[in-house]
Amino acid sequence: MLSETLHVYLIVGALLFAAGVYGIVQKRSFIGMLIAIELMLSGAGLNCMAFNRFTAPDPATGQLLALFIMGIAAAEAALSVSFILAVYKRFRTMDPSKIFILKR
Amino acid sequence: MHEYRVLAEIMFSLLILLTLGGAVLAVTARILIHAVVGLALSFLGVAGIYFYLGSPFLSMMQILIYAGAITIVLVFGTMIGYTPRQIVETKIRDENLRLALPACGVALVVLVGVLLKMHIAPTPVPGDWTMATLGKRLLYDFSLAFELISLLLVIAMIGAMVIVASQEDQDAE
Repeated sequence: MLSETLHVYLIVGALLFAAGVYGIVQKRSFIGMLIAIELMLSGAGLNCMAFNRFTAPDPATGQLLALFIMGIAAAEAALSVSFILAVYKRFRTMDPSKIFILKR
Repeated sequence: MHEYRVLAEIMFSLLILLTLGGAVLAVTARILIHAVVGLALSFLGVAGIYFYLGSPFLSMMQILIYAGAITIVLVFGTMIGYTPRQIVETKIRDENLRLALPACGVALVVLVGVLLKMHIAPTPVPGDWTMATLGKRLLYDFSLAFELISLLLVIAMIGAMVIVASQEDQDAE
């Protein structure tokens, strides 16, 4: 059965991660890159939970690991949006390639 | 009983489709708010998959934290610089695609390659998956990690406020 095979979950996690990698390289706005990072974190959480369900003897560890991933993702999203706000106030742009004061 | 299993498998396939379709929409949408909607759909699909993995608690937390909180934060972030209908991803150059496709391909080939080498075919492990057990483990065995993650969240919240507020001070000067 599909829902009782470890590989299905792992491949969905890998596809989510790959979509995140594609997005973070291709997007040309800060929020777009942040969205891609969230996709990658979500794929990682799915992987942890799948391995816990199928191989780990202790049911709590994987669930807690996935929960901590969610907490860190929430903290990261809040901080990143505040960074984006600060950058927008300073440079008046959301395009990462237009911000190059370190290069001058 | 058998019909229920078939229905459950069909639901599972639909959830996988929702997850992957949302992810594709999130990385390919031209309008930023569409990308946020795709991300929310993908998160809802992952919440359903967590349900199939035997953890209703994690499924609810996924909806609450990811599909609720993080999506709202991203919508706020989207509204900083753009009007919602403004198309922002028009300037994707060939260079971006030339870099993005190999990066994505390498990640996928490595991960799936490792998976296909893995010949074990495990079945779900029985165990105590109730929320009560999870709460006890969180407060006894994992209490240090629990405290650390709450500290991290508090620091992140304070940091976010300080960053935005100190920027306003600089603007005033």
